[in-house]
Amino acid sequence: MNFILHIWRQASPQDDGFFEKHELEVEAESSFLEMLDALNERLIGLGKEAIVFDHDCREGICGSCSLVINGEPHGRHQATTTCQQYMRDYHDQNELWIEPWRATAFPVIKDLMVDRSAFDRIIQAGGYIPVRTGAAPEANTQPVAKPVADKAFDAATCIGCGACVAVCPNASATLFIAAKVSHLSSLPQGQLDTKRPARMLARMEAEGFGSCSNYRECERVCPKQIGTDTISKMNKLLYQR
Amino acid sequence: MTDEQPLDSFSPKGPLEQRWTQHKYNLRVVSPANRKRYRVIVVGTGLAGASAAASLAEMGYQVKTFCFQDSPRRAHSIAAQGGINAAKNYHNDGDSVWRLFYDMIKGGDFRARESNVFRLAELSTSIIDQAVAQGVPFAREYSGYLANRSFGGAQVSRTFYARGQTGQQLLLGAYQAMSRQIAEGHIEHFSRCEMQDLIKIDGKAKGIVVRDLLTGELSSHLADCVVLCTGGYSNAFYLSTNAKGCNTSAIWRAHKHGALFANPCFTQIHPTCIPQHGELQSKLTLMSESLRNDGRIWAPKNPADCGRDPRDILEQDRDYFLERMYPAFGNLVPRDIASRAVKHICDDGRGVGHEINGQKLGVYLDFADAIKEQGADVINEKYGNLFDMYQRITSEDPTKQPMRIYPAVHYTMGGLWVDYNLMTSVDGLFAGGEANFSDHGANRLGASALMQGLADGYFILPTTVSDYLARQTPLEDKYYPEVQQAMNYSQSRLDRLLNAPEPKQTPDHFHRRLGKILWDHCGMARNEFALKQAIEEIQQLREQFWREIKISGNDKQLNQTLERAGRVADFMELGELMCIDALSREESCGCHARVEHLTSNGEVQRRDNDFGFVSAWQFTGDVVQPKLIKEPLHFDFVSPGIRNYQ
Repeated sequence: MNFILHIWRQASPQDDGFFEKHELEVEAESSFLEMLDALNERLIGLGKEAIVFDHDCREGICGSCSLVINGEPHGRHQATTTCQQYMRDYHDQNELWIEPWRATAFPVIKDLMVDRSAFDRIIQAGGYIPVRTGAAPEANTQPVAKPVADKAFDAATCIGCGACVAVCPNASATLFIAAKVSHLSSLPQGQLDTKRPARMLARMEAEGFGSCSNYRECERVCPKQIGTDTISKMNKLLYQR
Repeated sequence: MTDEQPLDSFSPKGPLEQRWTQHKYNLRVVSPANRKRYRVIVVGTGLAGASAAASLAEMGYQVKTFCFQDSPRRAHSIAAQGGINAAKNYHNDGDSVWRLFYDMIKGGDFRARESNVFRLAELSTSIIDQAVAQGVPFAREYSGYLANRSFGGAQVSRTFYARGQTGQQLLLGAYQAMSRQIAEGHIEHFSRCEMQDLIKIDGKAKGIVVRDLLTGELSSHLADCVVLCTGGYSNAFYLSTNAKGCNTSAIWRAHKHGALFANPCFTQIHPTCIPQHGELQSKLTLMSESLRNDGRIWAPKNPADCGRDPRDILEQDRDYFLERMYPAFGNLVPRDIASRAVKHICDDGRGVGHEINGQKLGVYLDFADAIKEQGADVINEKYGNLFDMYQRITSEDPTKQPMRIYPAVHYTMGGLWVDYNLMTSVDGLFAGGEANFSDHGANRLGASALMQGLADGYFILPTTVSDYLARQTPLEDKYYPEVQQAMNYSQSRLDRLLNAPEPKQTPDHFHRRLGKILWDHCGMARNEFALKQAIEEIQQLREQFWREIKISGNDKQLNQTLERAGRVADFMELGELMCIDALSREESCGCHARVEHLTSNGEVQRRDNDFGFVSAWQFTGDVVQPKLIKEPLHFDFVSPGIRNYQ
């Protein structure tokens, strides 16, 4: 397969970025990131700097990869991450525009790599169980109804990739926070901390993310299909005493 | 240290079930008021590192943590699918700490320490309690109690799980515990930082040099002890199920500073991975081995059929080779045995699927019979998510045509040699999780990697590191020439990488070639001739690497090519040690199959009298001349038997 690629290059957070054009022949079986690997091998061979992008597990769970492909965070194939996109998914296109996540709170570091440390700081604002757990009682002394546990798990599958922010017109991190709040606050162990949503949302604002105005684009691109029902759950908790 | 003085693990004596309790009592503790005077460095923030850092910080020590990823939440522990074992006996089906202990000792083919393995089995139950208290959403039954399943051929149900994402949920639990300590100011965390060297002052590990991967800047960090939890080295093979960034650099640097490297050739190969599709493939993906519960593994009897649509191959032309070779266990034989059988079939020219270097590498895993017997709905209910994953990667539907599988490197049981306190042979340097060699012997059982990482981090390291610190005076803040030395060494290594005399080839080029040598000669089946050849080839490749490595950009900036080159350089040296170790261990055990020591049925043949020891390798100043130091293994509570799965 032959592709014309327009890839975002940006030397540093301060520099202006631009699209760099490349032409590349790739196998249909190649993954999207392997296509970039091949291009980088060529660039290094020519003595040019390789294109910088985040990636690690390449099986859709670590949350590192983060590309906007033709305007879609994580590409056209839904419910999965960039690393699980394959070139055969793009058989009907021969021109691809590849960009980093774009949000004030996720400044571009270089090329396609952004700084998502704001997510870590949001978790540090309350995304944990605030007690000592090293000498916890026998786990089965506190049963948790299966539907409650299942729901908590669904929310807990968030991989912290930031696609929800990248797609949101407000660049809001509300779904990210709501997922963590829904996970922890619906379990008995997490109900101790009633200020969790307020503290995490305050941190979100301080980091420069926007607020939620119910576009619900986030749940469409979420690779783990976390729904906006988590946001309703969080809002309910936010206003209860 | 000489060969005549075998290594001492400082394992406690006495009744097995009292050893850890008694040992804990014998260890010293630091008073809460004094703890903030001590500093601890933890490198790597996967399950072992994050849990150790969170626990030590909660106790009141000043902890600094480092990871190369952009967040501790992305460590590769996150990709573990299956589950975590614990001897809770919730199913009342006869499980106990003793049974879990025995299963692990046997699974490791009698090449692990009794004391360590028993402690791990004993701590397994507390891990579950702690994880649940942290809000880890384990699977539950309708009663609201925790659910268990039988996993990896275990005869009892002791595996706790969170759908296929157990590693993710446990890692996030540890990450959140760590985040709490960051928020409280007890942990100072550094993401996107990679350890370049260990700093030893007066023979003790007192710090590290790290490279800030964003700016390229080198900096030194000092502490009263250093804990390495930097994972395994499967990526030496280039293609593995590990994340792309997983590397051996931190433990290899430690090795070169005197930390012994134990059993480097013990590498686990998982039979059910999605086969390679092309020469430029970047990684392999594991499919849960639960698929073997219902799928039947086969290959065409006739090599001429290998290119045909499998659905057109008649029943009598198919070879269900595992069922044929191991009638009692059939498709459920342990990982190493299944992997070797698959390799044997493909070497025989009966592999299917994509051709790699002129050989088809794959066999079929067929669900057609299971669907016929149980119905498509039942099979989809059990394996739907795995089928989706397979289809995403291969664009083939496993309910319509058989899956193709091939073994891939998955986990490394070898690692830094540690004593019972998880301290390496360098004073003040500890190793936890997959980075050490401690508990899995020659083969790791399913659902025990998460258990070991968390036992090390939540329970063992906090206790043993405290004991160590109680015997130290906090390090004074002043100038140490050793720091400058380590900084200079780190810089000179970067300079050397960037200034090869005849720059020609990329880091990936060399990594692929190294991986192929290791996979072909030090993979599923090993022999003397091939290993000697591999050692020679690796030496040549290493020479070529330092002559021809080509890296664009410089070291004063974000440079992913340079990062990769540094990791490959270390794999080049470790790869040779893996082969030397495999060559010196003239027996077969667990995952280590020397073809000279297999029974006529292809079973591994241990030689307990000659090889009932841990091989710990010492760096002598010359990579090609490591020195073997032996730690004899004693079995006082179980007697080594034959692993028989026929």
